[in-house]
Amino acid sequence: MNNEQAKIISELSGTNAKQCMKCGKCSGRCPMFDSMDIKPHQFVSLIAKGQTDKLLESKSIWYCLSCMACVERCPRGVAPAAVIEAVRESVIRVQGQNQLKAEDVPQFVDPEFPQQILVSAFRKYNR
Amino acid sequence: MKFSYYPGCTLKTQGKDLDIYARKCAEALGIDMEEIENWQCCGAVYPQSKDEIARKLSAVRALDSAKKQDGKLLTLCSACYNVIKRVNNDMKNDENINLKANNYLKANGYFAEGEEYNGETEVIHYLEMLRDTVGWANLKAKVVNPLKGVKIGAYYGCLLLRPSSVLQFDNPENPTILEDFIKAIGATPVIYAMRNECCGAYVSLKDKEVVKKTANRIVNNAKANGADMLITACPACWYNLNHNSDGSLPVKYLTELLAQALGLI
Amino acid sequence: MQRIGVFVCWCGSNIAATVDVKRVAETLGQEPGVVYSADYQYMCSENGQQLIKTAIKEHGLTGIVVCSCSPRMHEATFRKTAESAGLNPYMVEIANIREQVSWIHKDIEEATVKAIILGRTAIAKLLLNTPLTAGETGVTKRALVIGGGIAGIQTALDIAEAGYEVDIVEQRPTIGGRMAQLDKTFPTLDCAACILTPKMVDCAQNEKIDILSYSEVEEVKGFVGNFTVKIRKKARYIDEKKCTGCGICMSVCPSKKGLNEFNMNLNNRPAAYIPFAQAIPNVAVIDPEQCIKLKTGKCGLCSMKCEAKAIDYTQQDSFVERNYGAIVVATGFKIADLKYFNEYGYADNKDVITSLELERLMNAAGPTKGTLLRPSDNTHPHVITFIQCVGSRDISGCGKPYCSKICCMYTAKHAMLIREKYPDTEVHVFYIDIRTPGKNYDEFYRRAVEQYDVDYIKGMVGKVYNENGKLMVQGSDLLSNEQITIASDLVVLAAAIEPEPSVRKIATLLTTSIDTNNFLTEAHAKLRPVESPTAGIFLSGMCQGPKDIPETVSQASACAAKVIGLLAKDKLKCNPCVSISDDSMCIGCGTCANVCPYGAITYVDKEFRLGGGKTEVRRVASVNEAVCQGCGACTVACPSGAIDLKGFTTKQIMAEVEAVCKR
Repeated sequence: MNNEQAKIISELSGTNAKQCMKCGKCSGRCPMFDSMDIKPHQFVSLIAKGQTDKLLESKSIWYCLSCMACVERCPRGVAPAAVIEAVRESVIRVQGQNQLKAEDVPQFVDPEFPQQILVSAFRKYNR
Repeated sequence: MKFSYYPGCTLKTQGKDLDIYARKCAEALGIDMEEIENWQCCGAVYPQSKDEIARKLSAVRALDSAKKQDGKLLTLCSACYNVIKRVNNDMKNDENINLKANNYLKANGYFAEGEEYNGETEVIHYLEMLRDTVGWANLKAKVVNPLKGVKIGAYYGCLLLRPSSVLQFDNPENPTILEDFIKAIGATPVIYAMRNECCGAYVSLKDKEVVKKTANRIVNNAKANGADMLITACPACWYNLNHNSDGSLPVKYLTELLAQALGLI
Repeated sequence: MQRIGVFVCWCGSNIAATVDVKRVAETLGQEPGVVYSADYQYMCSENGQQLIKTAIKEHGLTGIVVCSCSPRMHEATFRKTAESAGLNPYMVEIANIREQVSWIHKDIEEATVKAIILGRTAIAKLLLNTPLTAGETGVTKRALVIGGGIAGIQTALDIAEAGYEVDIVEQRPTIGGRMAQLDKTFPTLDCAACILTPKMVDCAQNEKIDILSYSEVEEVKGFVGNFTVKIRKKARYIDEKKCTGCGICMSVCPSKKGLNEFNMNLNNRPAAYIPFAQAIPNVAVIDPEQCIKLKTGKCGLCSMKCEAKAIDYTQQDSFVERNYGAIVVATGFKIADLKYFNEYGYADNKDVITSLELERLMNAAGPTKGTLLRPSDNTHPHVITFIQCVGSRDISGCGKPYCSKICCMYTAKHAMLIREKYPDTEVHVFYIDIRTPGKNYDEFYRRAVEQYDVDYIKGMVGKVYNENGKLMVQGSDLLSNEQITIASDLVVLAAAIEPEPSVRKIATLLTTSIDTNNFLTEAHAKLRPVESPTAGIFLSGMCQGPKDIPETVSQASACAAKVIGLLAKDKLKCNPCVSISDDSMCIGCGTCANVCPYGAITYVDKEFRLGGGKTEVRRVASVNEAVCQGCGACTVACPSGAIDLKGFTTKQIMAEVEAVCKR
């Protein structure tokens, strides 16, 4: 690994990207594929190569549902969702990178909107 | 039979129906659901990052309070089940998380000297309780108002099933527990491929268009296979499938149908 | 008093770079009993061996210690060297200062000290060595081949060709194995039956070959050259000698619900059946699970119609016991279970099939008479999607960690055959890597792409699901970085292969080793690939690892060559390091006989003189030296210390332990 940030992300994810055999099953299964600029298999591939710049700018990190479909079926025991989460954490842990302001929330919600989604969203978008 | 019960944030508010019917049915089935004291929101999503401790503590506290009762923690909301069971697995198998979480709870005085939590509690979903404690045959016998002829698509979503290595709830690609439930209340289960695909979850806060696609995909697939309605145990799924799909299929909480079958409503 | 010589090898720089060989030689030269020591660059070389021989003669050595590589490498070499200089070969000890010292240590001081200790240990043992003489045993000139697929058939034919008798034991009612189920074979596309059945007939007609079909190995005793094997002939409820294979029993049998195993359970067969037209032996078998007569006592239709009077409902399993000089394992493979791969919908959709099932659907003798029809509704599939690597290269715990090796080629074959026969069919193949090493193999695969327009998609499938009567195959197209969904009529899974499960029991019976994937282990992965580590047990075909037909046949013939080499010998030298029991100490308890894995120990009543003309008869252990393999289990188990192992006596071992511990 030639990049300190890649190493940190890799450790946060707890997954060994080198075990990936580049089959693409993760991306073949991902329900958010179309909304992602960088695809799940590319997260694994780029982190193995230490190329974090693209990942940190990717909008995919705001779309990954952590639904674990990719993790469940990876033949190599790699967890692409954990890599994506580690990248997301690396972004939001920086000062001023929170993506969701409490005062903006009312515009998004209707009377039946469940707390569960609000809590999840705050967890995913904010530090 | 008594269970410590963790309702979770949504079941006290928007998802009240899920909770109320669950309690009513349990009572009718001879199950005592005792809400644990001073519970806090589980966080709704399991924090995957390996250094994440603080966000797991509310789950640890809930698990610990169940340990002090009868060692079993009953959950109903799919998200609570997912988060609490995965955190429990960390406390059992991840030395680093176990050590830090215990240290934290000691330092802030939650744990008295010598107290610690090491994953002893068994996390049980309401459906597992129905299957293992009540029993399908028993449940069937108690049904007074069988939902004859109703074709129901079981919607599992992601949180109940994955990761299967930790949750061990059911076969992640070909689950059966909800179908067995549907049969027990006298209805007909409809098998459809999208029953274990994610509804779109929290993305519906900011990008409804994207979630409309995932939700419609599920609803359409269930319809194509002949479903009249969908049931779920997750308030987020309930919302997304109801409000972000074309609305062509009613989506209900499984406990509501159970209450109906048991003649409680 | 012994006169010992110590010879320290440099092994080029292998040892000398980490061990101070001169110091080792000098230090060991000072040990009591040592009269000569030397070091040399390559002790195993002609010159090195000459150095040893000269020293033996000039210094009148009675034993030698060679400090060199593992005894597995050169113990035999140095024993021969010693023997040619007039020394008993069992007066040679090896101190392994390469694998156990130089290769695993970095520090020269540490390594040198350890080498000296190991040398000293060998000397301590050698001081107690006594000359041993190897006995001889005969060789039974007959081989057993377990498994009658193409591997077993080829090995048996080659052994028979050399003039030796061979028995084939096959658990199914016919020989032919997996190859008999295949339609065409890559890379030349000749029909499997056309090239296999002549070999099956050869087996049947060869007077040196005896086929025991529908039979299983039950018990194995003995050792290389002298195995005794008990074989269970399962009751087939048909007299093999009388049955003419006319097939009347099949046509009259009213029970037709048995699953046709030969057709991968795609259709049914009667309870009385012959697996396929060219079966060898061409003898029927009755499935007791399906036979109405055997289950209820009523029916007996086949018996009434059988002109040969071959039906025998009272038949029981029978046993034969035979002696063999060599045993070949050729148990083959099966398709791995797909129960952990529900994402491909195999269990829920009839039109998701395995490649072996496709072979049957394309075979003229198969359930569809060779017309490719999909199982759900017997219609012609217009879009067919293949998924490769299903369960292979999988370390998630659901599949097999290895590459199954044959799938890339057979998938290309299937794709091409379908496009050739049904040009209106669209064929897609999801692949991760295409692996086609082999003569004319890559050319074959490229033909599928270039000539037959097969759509190869680099990527894996995430989900197969049913929607509106189509199988939706959703997967990655990695080269265009897209997620695609192909609405298909038939989905074919290239499922991982795994060793035939019965191989586990057979490996235990043969006391030979098996790896974590249930493949049998070779004696040496590169240099002894067709021998097992157990003498006299040989490996042929898929039981050793994934192979295609050309490779299997090559290995089967190589295996036969090794068997012939063994059977050609009249005598085999025995290992003289065998157990010996001291009658005066033996209490006749029977413990040693119970732990002996080779059945080498029996008990005999012996008369002993007590003095004063009195005698007594006592039961004592008696070791059959020809059967004993020198494992030493008895010496450890013996409560009275009566049994000892020649060449590895308790005293010698203790002397070694003391030498290691001495500072």
